[in-house]
Amino acid sequence: MLEVQHLRKLYAGRAVVDDVSFSVARGECFGLLGPNGAGKTTTLRCCLGLTAPDGGSIGLGGLPVPQAAREARYRVGVVPQFDNLDPDFTVTENLVMYARYFGIPAREARARAPQLLEYAGLADRGSAKIDALSGGMKRRLTLARALVNDPDILFLDEPTTGLDPQARHVIWDALRKLAKQGKTLILTTHFMDEAERLCDRLCVMDAGRIIALDSPRKLIESLIEPVVLEVYGDDVGEWANANVRALVERLEVSGETAFCYTHSPDAALQALATQPQLRVLRRAANLEDVFIKLTGRDIRD
Amino acid sequence: MTDLPAIATSLERESPLRCLHLVHRNFLVWRKLMLTSMIGNLAEPLIYLIGLGYGIGALVGSIDGRPYITFLAAGMICYSTMNSASFEALYSAFARLQIQRTWEGILHAPMTTDDVVLGEWLWAGLKALFSGTAILLVMYAFGIVQGIAPLAVLPVALLVGLAFAGIALVMTALAKSYDFFTYYFVLLVTPMTFLSGIYFPLRQLPEVAQTVAWFLPLAHAASLARGLTLGDPMPWPLLSIAVLLAYGIVGVTLAAWLVRRRLSR
Repeated sequence: MLEVQHLRKLYAGRAVVDDVSFSVARGECFGLLGPNGAGKTTTLRCCLGLTAPDGGSIGLGGLPVPQAAREARYRVGVVPQFDNLDPDFTVTENLVMYARYFGIPAREARARAPQLLEYAGLADRGSAKIDALSGGMKRRLTLARALVNDPDILFLDEPTTGLDPQARHVIWDALRKLAKQGKTLILTTHFMDEAERLCDRLCVMDAGRIIALDSPRKLIESLIEPVVLEVYGDDVGEWANANVRALVERLEVSGETAFCYTHSPDAALQALATQPQLRVLRRAANLEDVFIKLTGRDIRD
Repeated sequence: MTDLPAIATSLERESPLRCLHLVHRNFLVWRKLMLTSMIGNLAEPLIYLIGLGYGIGALVGSIDGRPYITFLAAGMICYSTMNSASFEALYSAFARLQIQRTWEGILHAPMTTDDVVLGEWLWAGLKALFSGTAILLVMYAFGIVQGIAPLAVLPVALLVGLAFAGIALVMTALAKSYDFFTYYFVLLVTPMTFLSGIYFPLRQLPEVAQTVAWFLPLAHAASLARGLTLGDPMPWPLLSIAVLLAYGIVGVTLAAWLVRRRLSR
């Protein structure tokens, strides 16, 4: 459904997307994961033909992009990072008008609207103004709007950023339903739980490049030690460096927390047992550990 | 998935008409706010017409053997069409481009920036036509014009609207904020109204200013409007039409290029 080969995009001479290649099969949920500025949104914009790449090739639904991007978008739905619902229209009018941009007759669009509102949990809000909707409702309406043309492929740019936990779960359920219907989903996110829950395969990006690409489970298995000990306490770093570093495969200290990555935690746990002032949390390694290992702990802006 | 669905294929054929989706969208929104919009569009030219027409009219007496208000009314058709198209293609279009991100949403559908800009241009022209029609109706009501001949000014109103919408869309494509439009009005539009024979005949101006005026769209608009509503001689009617068309077409073409550049970064 989506074929990206050696994609390259420059801004002011600097590559923000650099030699990115991946392909997404029909029915797959594919995630682009990365810190801010990793090039996720730019990659999506290139795939949709909204910005022209400086190198490489893109095939979307079998059509070359950007050459035939407009035609390719007939089979595509988009949920953008920032809501751009039309505030001059009501909820239902938003759906009907948006269908018109796809050349769908008004009568057909009006007939389909109740079904989409139902799906978005907005059945009783059809005549509400956009300004009167909560953030979660706007997101759901944006998702419903992306379905007016019954697309094969959905692009979602940070679909749950800015939502409360309840609203995020509603969006996740909605996306899982779509995946079950056989729709192809391509989403960007910087939430690990979201990526781990939803995506069949993940592409971890940093500084415009792909640094890992696999299923969430395989990424965790292949890229990181299975057990993590999180140790909290004053001056934990100094003590851990002196006493634990030799007992585990990897040790990272961030502020007042030491992260110990290992295959066999017993020796380290024994050493820690002698230090009652330190609190220890033992857990399985997760995607966030992989992400931090791959992209570091520095703050991105 | 290499084949497009039937609906897309049929749309391919009507592709030059895609911009009409935008005209339709703006029309539906306008219809909701029609009354307030009409009052806003009409109030200013009407206040000018009555205030200046009777106030200054009493001092001026007559121009070319006609009451001043008659002279002014034809100018007001141009003034109101110009303003109507300009406000739509500046403030309203900028809101849809930058503030509401309406264009961004539309571009995620199978629409292009060219479709959007062309649609906004046609819509602003239509809105100008509504305003021009309203002023013409007022002229009929005041007995300033009679018969059906003055109706010929309506296509000119559309043309004037398209000319100013073209220029305004270039400004919109370049604007960073609404403040930019204040400069456009203060530095370009307002001086142009005094240079173009809206409030007083062009011949009152020095020779040099008159020459400059004929390079501006509004002088040609006023010349056509007076000719068609009052039967005044028009020095170069075909040239006037060509100048208005040129401003509109060059404007919308340049605006389409600028918007494409702005949004495809």
